[in-house]
Amino acid sequence: MINKFVDSIAASVADISDGATVMVGGFGEAGSPIELIHALIDQGARDLTVVNNNTGSGHVGLAALIENRRVSKMICSYPRTANSKVFPELFRAGEIELELVPQGTLAERIRAGGAGIPAFYTRTGVNTVLQEGKESREFDGDTFLMEHGLRADFALVKARAADRYGNLIYNKTARNFAPIMCTAATTTIVQTASLVEAGEIDPEVVVTPGIFVDRVVQVTEPAEESVLVAAGRSYP
Amino acid sequence: MNADVKGWTREQMAQRVAVDIQDGSYVNLGIGMPELVAQFIPEGREAIYHVENGLLGMGPTPEPGTEDPELINAGKKPVSAIQGAAYFHHADSFVMIRGSHIDLCILGAMQVAANGDLANWSTGSKGAIPAVGGAMDLVAGVKHIYVITQHTTRDGDPKILTECTYPLTGKGVVDRIYTNLAVIDVTPDGLVATELAPSVSLEEVQACTDAPLQAGPALTSGARS
Repeated sequence: MINKFVDSIAASVADISDGATVMVGGFGEAGSPIELIHALIDQGARDLTVVNNNTGSGHVGLAALIENRRVSKMICSYPRTANSKVFPELFRAGEIELELVPQGTLAERIRAGGAGIPAFYTRTGVNTVLQEGKESREFDGDTFLMEHGLRADFALVKARAADRYGNLIYNKTARNFAPIMCTAATTTIVQTASLVEAGEIDPEVVVTPGIFVDRVVQVTEPAEESVLVAAGRSYP
Repeated sequence: MNADVKGWTREQMAQRVAVDIQDGSYVNLGIGMPELVAQFIPEGREAIYHVENGLLGMGPTPEPGTEDPELINAGKKPVSAIQGAAYFHHADSFVMIRGSHIDLCILGAMQVAANGDLANWSTGSKGAIPAVGGAMDLVAGVKHIYVITQHTTRDGDPKILTECTYPLTGKGVVDRIYTNLAVIDVTPDGLVATELAPSVSLEEVQACTDAPLQAGPALTSGARS
């Protein structure tokens, strides 16, 4: 019988090894799998390459993972936000690497990675400093840049509900990168607010089909990043 | 001339942009002043606002106490969703942008050049943390790009230039510029002022614009207050 439910959040991230590439869902705090990230901090893996749109805020979640020196490289589109102090300081000190990718190119690279497409061409970034080092090619008289598909060893994402097959639905704009990250990782780990019986999610509205999901762990009341940041919390 | 305090207010600029949004348009609003535009859409017109982190059909700012941290815009601020809204993942959201399905994008600017080059993501200064977000995707894919910006910097330096000095977001991408002093079209023959703020002359606007300005055929000033 297929059952992707995992009892313990610690067990769900136990095999993430040093040097792994980890996609982390979320756009700002919306969709950030804070409890999975904190479990990864407890687990201790280092030298990670992390793919996320941002770099976290305050001293919890992704910012805490970076602050605890577990991340050697970020691949993201917008590494600073109102409350992000951790990444900018390490970046200026030369202690963390940054691969800056336009947001749509980042999304498409992840989508392509999940679809087995090694590279594609896009107009985004043509005639800008971000085209440096990239192959370009003309189609119908316009110039396009070649971008590579992006894959990861693990994806950590947050869902609203999941069944034992790993079928997922999300909450509003918390969906963001999660569905494509689920497709692009060798092992996809999901934290979900509710676990439901197979069939409870209408097949017509399943957003991520279970084939893209490996492990599901329940976090009934996930923390809100902005609440933790406002309270001045840090992790661990 | 202190270009910062003369001419239209921020709200009047946003109102002026809103007049040019066609009924039925799909519109993406950048962070900052562009966010003011939605509230001024003229009576009887309907525009659908696209939020690049995964919402089509953004509604008004939610009442205090009703915000949802998982319903936010690209600036990470709480928003609402209209009846008939749709949520989608990031790749679909950027299919809408990069596949030229969005009609209009209204963006802020650090610099705009006479040929439509836009710089709005980085000053290129050493020590700055580079952050591009969706800006390059928007200018590469959206059908029409309007810029809303103060005519000069806080120090009074021109932002409308013969050539941008900051790193480009996109080359030849801007169609129209709305400032506190004027509405300016980017044309193959250069910049054409089509409208001036009340009691502002073309000579005054030219004096704080680095690139040459031509007068449009129906150039008016003071029509709107």
